[in-house]
Amino acid sequence: MWSWVGHRVTGVVIFFFLLVHVLDTSLVRVSPEAYTAVIGAYKNPIMGLGEAGLVAAIVFHAFNGLRIIAVDFWKNGPKYQRQLLWGVLALWAVTMIPFLIRHLSIVFGGH
Amino acid sequence: MSANTIASPRSGGIKYNRNKGSGSNFEMAAWLFMRLSGVVLVVLIFGHLFVNLMVGEGIHAIDFGFVAGKWASPFWQVWDLAMLWLAMLHGTNGVRTIINDYAERDGTRMTLKTVLYIASAVIIVLGTLVIFTFDPCPAGAVIDLPSFCPAP
Repeated sequence: MWSWVGHRVTGVVIFFFLLVHVLDTSLVRVSPEAYTAVIGAYKNPIMGLGEAGLVAAIVFHAFNGLRIIAVDFWKNGPKYQRQLLWGVLALWAVTMIPFLIRHLSIVFGGH
Repeated sequence: MSANTIASPRSGGIKYNRNKGSGSNFEMAAWLFMRLSGVVLVVLIFGHLFVNLMVGEGIHAIDFGFVAGKWASPFWQVWDLAMLWLAMLHGTNGVRTIINDYAERDGTRMTLKTVLYIASAVIIVLGTLVIFTFDPCPAGAVIDLPSFCPAP
C-alpha cells in the first residue's frame, strides 16, 4: 500500500515539475538572455537540494514502475511483490548515493 | 497492514457502476500505454539526467549555449521530442486516474479534467514548437551562444 501511495505522490510531483520545466526551457525561443537568466536563478544550493529531491522522486517512480510491470506481466510477480519492493528500495539507494555525491559536490562545490 | 491502512479510493458504499458494453477499449489501452511508455521513459529520462547533471560540469554547464549545442543534433531533438510527448501523455493519464479516484462530484471531476487536458495540450504544443522552430544562433543575440555560431 505504501508503495502505491509513494508512486502516486511522486507521480504528481514529477508531473507538476514537468509543466514548469517545459515552460522554462521554452524561454530558449524568447532569447538567450531570458533563458540563461532564469536558469541562473536555479543555480543556488536551495534549488540544488530541490533537484536532488526531484531526482529521488523520479528514481523511485522509475524503479517502482518497473516493479508494477513485473507484478502485472511476470508469472511470479504478485508472489514476490514484497521482495521486489525491497529490490526497488535497494536499487534506489544504489542509484541515489553516487548521484548525490556527484550532484551535491557540483552544487556546493562553488563556481 | 491492519493498523494504518488507507482505504482504496471509491471503495466506500460498494456499488459497481461500470460502463456496461460501451464497446471501448480505451481504459485498457491507457493501462497498457502506461506500462509501455514507462519502460521507454526510464531510458529517456535516466539518459537526460545523466547527460545534463552528471557529465562535465553538471548543472553549472546549463545555459543557452548548452541547449543550443544539444538541439543542433537531430539525435537530441528526437530524444527530447519523444520524452516530451511520452512524459506528458503518461503524466496526464496518471493525473486523470487520480482525479477519477478522488473527485467524487461529477462537476468537480469534469472541471478538473478539462483544466488538465487544456494545460497538457498547451504544454505539448508549446514544447513541440520550441524544439522544431528553435534557432541556435538568433540574430542580435550576444551572450552564451554555442561555439558554432558565426561571430556577431
